Amino acid sequence: MSTAQPVLRIRDLHKKYDRLEVLHGISLDVPRGRVLVVIGPSGCGKSTLLRCINGLEAIESGDIELNGESISSGKTRWNLVRQKIGMVFQSYDLFPHMTVMGNILLGPLKAQGRDRREVTREAEQLLDRVGLLDRKDSYPRQLSGGQKQRVAIVRALCMNPEIMLFDEVTASLDPEMVREVLDVMLGLAERGMTMLIVTHEMAFARAVADKIIFMDQGVIVESAPPNVFFENPVSDRARRFLNIFQFDGVKKEEQPHVES
Amino acid sequence: MDLAFISKYAQLYAQAAKLTVILAAAGIALSLVIGLVCSLIRYYRLPLLKSLARAYIEMSRNTPLMIQLFFLYYGLPRAGLRLESVTCAIIGLAFLGGGYMAEAFRGGLEAVSRVQVEAGLSVGLSRPQLVRYVILPQAFAVAVPAITANTIFLMKETSVFSIIALADLVYVFKDLVREGHSNENNLLLVLFYLIIILPVSLFFAYLERRVRRAGFGA
Repeated sequence: MSTAQPVLRIRDLHKKYDRLEVLHGISLDVPRGRVLVVIGPSGCGKSTLLRCINGLEAIESGDIELNGESISSGKTRWNLVRQKIGMVFQSYDLFPHMTVMGNILLGPLKAQGRDRREVTREAEQLLDRVGLLDRKDSYPRQLSGGQKQRVAIVRALCMNPEIMLFDEVTASLDPEMVREVLDVMLGLAERGMTMLIVTHEMAFARAVADKIIFMDQGVIVESAPPNVFFENPVSDRARRFLNIFQFDGVKKEEQPHVES
Repeated sequence: MDLAFISKYAQLYAQAAKLTVILAAAGIALSLVIGLVCSLIRYYRLPLLKSLARAYIEMSRNTPLMIQLFFLYYGLPRAGLRLESVTCAIIGLAFLGGGYMAEAFRGGLEAVSRVQVEAGLSVGLSRPQLVRYVILPQAFAVAVPAITANTIFLMKETSVFSIIALADLVYVFKDLVREGHSNENNLLLVLFYLIIILPVSLFFAYLERRVRRAGFGA
């Protein structure tokens, strides 16, 4: 167990929408180079959790630290914090009026003020890694859903973030496109990227996670290594949730076939 | 058809057309600036300013240009402010057009989805950068048809400028009524309005196709 400072540390986070409390006291650490996967039923607050981390939602109370610095005080300069947090959304959200390259370069050039040649080279390497270098001058409308999502991942990566947040990034993709996106994410995990992933892909969660966080009704119900969680979930709630993904056989026992 | 009349006075009309185009261009350019500022104030719901913008938009859109010009040209001097008729024309047109352009831009701004804004914020853009690189290009593409309609409308509204003693096309027309030849005179008036407005329509139709294709690939 390392005592090194975690990249992301959350303590007793509370979030309300009007009177509805969606997060009641969430605490978790994401150590450097680790992958945490958050799973749970719809409306359990997992997407809200990600949105609070990069300031798209204001929080009621609690503390969020990025590399040991609090980003939940009133004077957080969010545009600077967000440059260190890569966020990928369910609906890709590429900028439709820009090419693939334009989408990727916008943040590094305008927000971070980096050198165009250096960033372009980096962007090309990343695009090559996800197999889309030949599409760099295409517009988002000319790409498939899976391609768009891979570009969105590259767009976030090109900011050289400390941590990547993935919010159900395969939820609106066709099955064969889900795979190509998940493969990119597995590749990132292998390279030691720190990630916090919200997903409904259980097999993927098991393969990629160092730790599974199971949430329900705004609290963390269970937090365990994937093998433990998927084979021996402690809580009743987690067991019921995992059952959703199991199917009992409904076919009749095959009758011995009598040859005539 | 009296061609002699036409060739004799076409020059006069051409001069009036030139004046009309200059005044329209200045007024419309200003109205775009006013409209953009007002629409951003309303989009970001800036306290106090948003009420002022709202009041201005209602006032500019719900009063005729002729009355606005009367106020500028005949009313203000009584309060001690005397403006050139050219200045009055430009201010009047900008005042009228600003309200219309504000609503055109606002329609475009509100069509930009919230997730686009969030995507822009997520790559670390500041608010002004977000507006410039993400929101405005998309809003503009949506607003172009409304901006086109407003521009053509404002070009036509210039036909009331003669009431503040400006030698525009209508002014020349009225002047030549005394000369008789009403058919030729009518023809010249219509022709010159077409000459100045038709290219504007064609240009905007071209612009619309371009921004649509670049922006949304329709």
